[in-house]
Parts: sequence; C-alpha cells; structure tokens
Amino acid sequence: MSAFNAIGDEREIDRDEFTPGLEPQPTWCPGCGDFGVLKALKQALPEVGKTPEEVLTVTGIGCSGKLNSYLDTYGFHTIHGRSLPVARAAKLANDGLEVIAAGGDGDGYGIGGNHFMHTARENHDMTYIVFNNEVFGLTKGQTSPTSPKGHKSKTTPHGNAKSPIRPLSLALTSGATYIARTAAVNPNQAKEIIKEAIDHDGFAHIDFLTQCPTWNKDAKQYVPYVDVQESEDYDFDVNSREEAQEMMFETENALHEGTVLTGRYFVDERPSYQDEKKELGEMPEEPLAERYFEDDYDWERSYDLLERHK
Amino acid sequence: MSDNELIWRVAGGSGDGIDSTSQNFAKALMRSGLDVFTHRHYPSRIRGGHTYVEIRAAAEEVQSRGDGYNFLLALGDSFARNPQEEAYYGNEEVKPLSENLEDLREGGVIIYDEGLLSEEDVAELDLEERAEENGWHLYPMDLRSLAREHGREVMRNTAGVGATAALLDMDLEHIEDLMEDAMPEKILEPNIEILHEAHEIVSEEYEFTHDLRVPEGDHDDEQALLSGSNAITFGAIDSGCRFIAGYPMTPWTDVFTLMSQHLPEMGGVSEQVEDEIAAAALAVGASHAGVKAMSGSSGGGFALMSEPLGLAEMTETPLVLLESMRAGPSTGMPTKPEQADLEFTLYTSQGDSNRVVFAPGTVEEAYEQTRTAFYIAYEYQIPTVIIYDQKLSGENTNVDVSFFDREPAPDLGSTMTEEELEDAVHDASGKFHRFQHDPENGVSPRSLPGQQDGRYLATGNEHTPAGHISEDPDNRVAQVNRRLRKLEAIRADLDEGDTHQTYVGDDDADYGIITWGSSQGVVEEAVARLEADGHSVKAVGVSEMMPFPEAELAEFIESVEEAMVVEMNASAQFRGLLQKELGRYGEKLTSLLKYNGNPFEPAEVVEGYELNVEGSGTDPSAQVRLEPAAGD
Ligand SMILES: Cc1ncc(C[n+]2csc(CCOP(=O)(O)OP(=O)(O)O)c2C)c(N)n1
Ligand code: SF4
Ligand SMILES: [Mg+2]
Repeated sequence: MSAFNAIGDEREIDRDEFTPGLEPQPTWCPGCGDFGVLKALKQALPEVGKTPEEVLTVTGIGCSGKLNSYLDTYGFHTIHGRSLPVARAAKLANDGLEVIAAGGDGDGYGIGGNHFMHTARENHDMTYIVFNNEVFGLTKGQTSPTSPKGHKSKTTPHGNAKSPIRPLSLALTSGATYIARTAAVNPNQAKEIIKEAIDHDGFAHIDFLTQCPTWNKDAKQYVPYVDVQESEDYDFDVNSREEAQEMMFETENALHEGTVLTGRYFVDERPSYQDEKKELGEMPEEPLAERYFEDDYDWERSYDLLERHK
Repeated sequence: MSDNELIWRVAGGSGDGIDSTSQNFAKALMRSGLDVFTHRHYPSRIRGGHTYVEIRAAAEEVQSRGDGYNFLLALGDSFARNPQEEAYYGNEEVKPLSENLEDLREGGVIIYDEGLLSEEDVAELDLEERAEENGWHLYPMDLRSLAREHGREVMRNTAGVGATAALLDMDLEHIEDLMEDAMPEKILEPNIEILHEAHEIVSEEYEFTHDLRVPEGDHDDEQALLSGSNAITFGAIDSGCRFIAGYPMTPWTDVFTLMSQHLPEMGGVSEQVEDEIAAAALAVGASHAGVKAMSGSSGGGFALMSEPLGLAEMTETPLVLLESMRAGPSTGMPTKPEQADLEFTLYTSQGDSNRVVFAPGTVEEAYEQTRTAFYIAYEYQIPTVIIYDQKLSGENTNVDVSFFDREPAPDLGSTMTEEELEDAVHDASGKFHRFQHDPENGVSPRSLPGQQDGRYLATGNEHTPAGHISEDPDNRVAQVNRRLRKLEAIRADLDEGDTHQTYVGDDDADYGIITWGSSQGVVEEAVARLEADGHSVKAVGVSEMMPFPEAELAEFIESVEEAMVVEMNASAQFRGLLQKELGRYGEKLTSLLKYNGNPFEPAEVVEGYELNVEGSGTDPSAQVRLEPAAGD
C-alpha cells in the first residue's frame, strides 16, 4: 500500500482544479507573458492525467518564480537560481512525483546556469520551463543573459557589450533530451509542448518566450510567430543532433532580428538519469520516500558493518 | 593514562602506503588488548611529501595523542622531489627521519631504512651524536633490499613492521591475521615472508639496547577501530538517512565517501553534484519529498551552502549538514585542523539564525550526536549542523562493538500520514495549513508531496499558514516567534536527556578548563595530569553550540574561581560565544589558543594552565598563545 495515494490517481480531473479557489490572485503586471505559462500549464496538466497533488512545481526567484503561488499543486518556491537541484532531488526521493521546475532567464541561464548545464547533462526525468523575457523583471528591468547585444538598462547605460546566451544550443550541448521553444502569445502550441515535455522520459527543456511589457517588449513584438514544424520554410529532423543544432542557431539569431521562431527542436530517447542509476544499482526500484511508511521494513544497522573495523 | 605506553610513529612519503600500514598495526595492537588512538599528519599532496601516522597504545583508556612519542619507524619518501640547491622545501628524501627527531622522547627508539635514506643524508643529521645526547637507540636496517628480495620494493613497510614487532617483543599473530584479511592472495605470501624475515633478522642479529616493550592489556568487550568520520556515517545510517549529496573537499570527503560506499547497498542514493550550492539544495529537495537527507562540506564549500541553509530554516525543511573544519581563511591549510569556523557556522546566511549546532568531542560522541542531530532535525523541522574538524575526522580509536548494538531510528518526525491529513486544517481552496501560528513548541506538522490532501506552498519568502507569500506584520511576527519557539523547545528537550557536555575532574575543584569539539580528549588528559600533580582542576567539553546550554555553563563557571578556555583558533571564538550567551564572567575567563595547524598536545594545556590560571610555570611554546581575561 502506498503512502502517497495522490500518485497515479486515475480519477476524472476537473479543468479548474489547478486554479486556487480564493487568494492568491496573480500580481503580475497586466499583459505579462507569465499569465500565458500559467494558463498553458493549467490546461496541459489535466490533459496528461495529472492531479494537483501528484505534481511538485519547483520555482526560482523572479516574477516567474511566483508561478506556483497561482498554480494549485504542491509547490516549492526556492531561492534565486536553485530550482533545479531542489527539483531533481525530490524526483530522486520519490520518482512517482511529476516534477516541474520553472524560473526566469536570469534565474536559469545566469545565476543557476551551472545547475542547468548539469541537470541537462544528467538527463533527470523532469520538465524545466524557462520564462524567457530577455530581462530581469522582478528587479526592475536590468539586462539579463538573454538580453540582446546593445540592450540598454540602468546597469548598462551605454548598451550591453555582451552577446546573448543561446539557450537552445546550450541545452543541446549539455545533454537535454527534449528541447523546445514556445511563446506566451501562442497558448495552443504552448499547451501541446508542455504535454510532450511532461510525457518525455528525461530532461525536457522549454524556452518559453514571455513578454515583459513593463521593462521590455510587449506581446505585439512576439507576433507574428512561426512554428518551425508547420512552416514550409523550415525542414529538419528533430531526432538529428546536427540538424537540430543548425536550426537552433538560426532560431536564436532570428529572435534578435525580429523573427520569432518556435516549435520542437530536439527529441532524443537516451535513458533518463533515474533509469541509469537504477541500472547501476544506485537507486532503488521502489520510491525511497515510501520506505519510511513501511511498517515491516528491516532497517539496516551500522552494527552489521563493523566486521571490517575489528 | 599509564606510564607504560607505546607511541609508534611511522613516517614516510605521501602515497607510500603509510595509512594502511598504520591502520593494520593499530588494529593489531587493539586486538592484543590495548586501547589505541591514532593521529595523522599529512601534506596536501597526493604523491610525495612527508607524512606520518602516530599510534598511541596503552593498557588504559587513551583519548588523545601524547606529548611527543617514543618509537620511530622512518621509511623513505619514494616520491620525494629532487632538491635543487636551496629549494625552500629542502631535502625531502630524508624528511621521514629528519623531520621527526624533534618530538622523539628521551630514550626513544629509531628504525630507519638505510636502503632508501642515503648515507650522506643521514650523516648530515649528526644522528649518532644526537642519539647519544638524547639516549635514543638506533637500529638502521636495509628494509628496501629485504622487500625487494622477497617481493617488491613497496613491501618495505611490512619489513618495517616486522622489525618493529621484534624490537617491541610483540607477537606476530595479530599482524599476520590482519594481513590475511586485507591482502589479496598474490601479495600476501611475499608480505608474510618479509614480515618474518625482518622479525628474525632483528631478533637474531641486533643487540637490543632499549627498554621499551609493547604494553600488555585486556578488553572485556570486542573492539572496533573507528574514526570520527566512521562514527558520523554510522550515526546517519542508524538514523535512516538514505540520501547524501556532496562535492569533494578535505576533510568532509571522508564521510561523503563512506556514505557513498554504504548507501547503494541499502537502497539509498548518493549524489556527487556540480557544486556545494547544489549539494545542499539537493538535500533540501530530498528531505522536502520525504527522505532523510544530509549534505556537508568543509569551510569553503560550507560557505556556498549558506543560502540553501537559510532556505531550509525558512521553509522548515529538516536537514543535517556537516561542517568539517580545516585551517582557514580561504583555502587555508587543507589538511590541517583548526576550530575557526564556529562563528561562521552559527551565523552564516541572512536573517536571524534558526538552526541547531553540535560539536562532538570524541568518536562515540560523533555517533551519538549524529543520531541526535537527525532526531532534532526531523522532529523540529530545522537544519542541524555537526561541526567537527580534520582531527576528529581522521583520528582512529577503539570503541566497544556493543556500543552500536541498538535500534535504528528511521522515524520521519513531525510528518503527517494521509489519514492524519484528512482531518488537518485546510483553507477554503483546499490548501493544507502547513505553517500554523499556534503550536506551542513551534512545530507545525508537515505533509509530503504526493500525499492526498496535503498540498501547500513551501517558500523562502515569509508566508501565511497555507504557505502564501505575505508581508503582513501580524503574520510576520507570529511566524518569526513560532520558529524561535522551536529553539526553546529543543533546549528543553536536550535538557531532559543525558547531557551532551562531558565533565572530567572533581566537582569541587577550584579551577576550570572549558573546551569544545575535538580538543576535548587532550584537555581530559591534561586534567588527569594536573590532578596527579596535586592541582584542583576540572574541565568541561561543550558539544551544544546552539541552542546554548546556558544553565549548565553558568553553573560550571560559578563553581570555579577562574577558567581557561582551550580552542584551536586565533580569535577565541568559543570564549566569545560563552560571554555572549551568558552575558557575564568575562573577568573569569582566559584563553589558550593554538592555530599553527597542529592540534594541542596535553603538555601544552598543562603548561598553559599553570601559567594562565596559577601564574606560575614556564611560557608555553612559541606557537600557543595566551589571551588574558577581559571584563564585560
Ligand atoms: C542570490 C540573489 N541574488 C539576487 C537576487 C535578486 N533578484 C531577484 S529576481 C532577480 C532576477 C530576476 O530575473 P529573471 O530570473 O529573469 O526572472 P523574471 O523576474 O524576469 O521572471 C534578481 C537579480 C536574489 N533574490 N538572490
Ligand atoms: S515586470 Fe515584467 S515580467 Fe514582471 S510581472 Fe511585470 S510584466 Fe511580468
Ligand atoms: Mg527574466
């Protein structure tokens, strides 16, 4: 018998279950792209058969980090840049959980960049949504790792001397096995991509373009957007690392030239970290968290380890 | 402590197998019925560099290293750098001999490998002359050739052990047994041959001029030879800890390695991750999801853990962290012990500290307090730090095997089951009240992700009972006060059980010595010696750093005329903590400080005491400092 009966619960799921009944109401600015992520998630989760209490959303700090304040699941609003290490450990502790990490572009590609690289490399079975608004929203509009070259803000009065980071390419070289870009202005695509990411066994990275009308671009500047799978102008194989790499490079360049390209870029079937660890005998088949509720588990004792010290 | 003791020092190059040789020799002494205590001195280098291990053995309890030593086995340093003229590191080849003469007691015994140490190098040391002056007994022997003859050159350690046993009139039985346990067939045979051959040569061809012989002892109980790192690992395992995340750093690596070896066999998970920020964050994540988890590091790595540590405080996530100190600041002296991270460990991370800190003083205490740390962390939903150092981490001593024969304690503490959650307080939207204002002991039971009816938001922001972010002043005060109440409850809980402080000496003594953490053993021995010399002195080794055992310490200080605080740092951090927590007694407290990278020796504490408390005696050695009392 499981101690976590929300996990694998097969009941009907109501569309509104992920919306908190009362407070808190979102405090994002009107027109903020973050609403788009919230809405897409609320739609995607019931469609993939997840109930609020089998989902753990782990966020960083930023406007984006408030996501789980407004999404009714188990939530962990951590510290700036650290959502991924918290999230992946929760998955190792109880791999029945549906773990979704989320945060801003500063949070994920800047201060937490090292964790991004390593979580992708290890291919933890989870979804990571980066709210990419190309700016530090919460701290009032400073230049972020995805801000374009020349971007002016209070901390870069003469314009940004740095070229932006390439989030998709970085995910690819680091080892992510599902990589997509979507946009708040395209809720239907966003929902579908989130569903695919959740269903994917491995590290699924979604670079989610979220407009920040207060400090950066508004929604209008993300339209028209192009879905690379649907457009006849683009033809590449998402299972091919080489072709994906080329397409990502083009997509990252295009954004700063005013063309918003979105879609799936890379899908790979490499085994997840959890599977690799189980294969090596370094992780139990049964979720570890269950063991503490098993009445008859025979806990190992140090007393039985003393032989080699005698 | 008895007069008849052996302090055997085996010296060589780092990478020459000194560790395993000494480990086996210590076990052989232990099996023969003696109490043993080891001390390791090593450079921050993998191959080469002078290193030694000291084994103190006597029939009665030994709880620290001694003053100096009385038997040297000087092997060579096979990875010594070729000295250029005037290289600052000098002639490394001869260091296993030359560097160890200073501490050798009068009448001491020296075996050195004349196969590896060149005649000219030895001649330069004026060894014969110094031996004459100090009454040392020299037994040069070509260990290298002997090893080569029967096997390989690296087996010269075994030849040295055989020679040692012969000079000490020690039976080879236990040594042989241990070699059989530890060595693969292929190298076992030649090693046994070498052992016996060396023993025979020394017994038959050397004329013994020394008196030292191996002491005789007897244990009532079966013994195990364990380090502080072993003990912490065992304490964690017996507490049901099945998750560790870390990043290597000396000396914390010892526990991390041990846990990583044991956990997979127990269906646990060990994670070596990208940095210490991640390591602590992973431990938080695993614990949040319902697994007993730990992480840790040494100074620099622990600094990186500051923010996740604060997150655990604010989200009330149970967590055990280790802070395995080494000499700082910065990279400092990686392989040298110091107790200078106390203030850092107590206060690092923003906001008012809300954590529990233990500083065990012995191997047994390390085990006991690790269990307590897990109990407190999970019962009170609070991060608990065990602060120790390179000394406790690496010292080995014998412990009764029966000490570990007890029930495991895997309980998750104040965590709810789904049945309990059904009846718990929820708000109108169904969120569970994870952080209620009113619990008297501050502890509001938690749910775990995946449980029915338990969803809530954990956040590093200040939050309402359901976990919503809030800056409301009333809620703020209620939550801060509740989290602080946990510390009061923990203090009361600790006061109820057996004390974690260790007291030695006569209750009615006039003078006191106060120490903390791993300096305890040395102080215990110093007190025994002072008492034997007719001084009226007692001591306390303090382990509870936060919440502080105020009443106990006030009582101790009240009961003496004056007290000397002994610790391994330059700014008297523990004395500062005492004065801060007690708010008085400044004029009663002096300090004895050492921070040269080597732990105190009992004689230094004795000398410091005589000078400090009684105003008599000689100045302590140049590298120990006295810090006079300062009024409040
Ligand atoms: C260690 C640390 N450094 C700095 C901050 C201040 N801070 C909060 S959010 C943020 C940047 C937010 O930008 P981003 O991650 O892109 O999120 P957004 O607000 O744009 O969603 C910063 C610098 C912090 N909270 N913690
Ligand atoms: S500042 Fe920008 S990112 Fe933040 S809530 Fe407002 S619009 Fe959204
Ligand atoms: Mg941003």
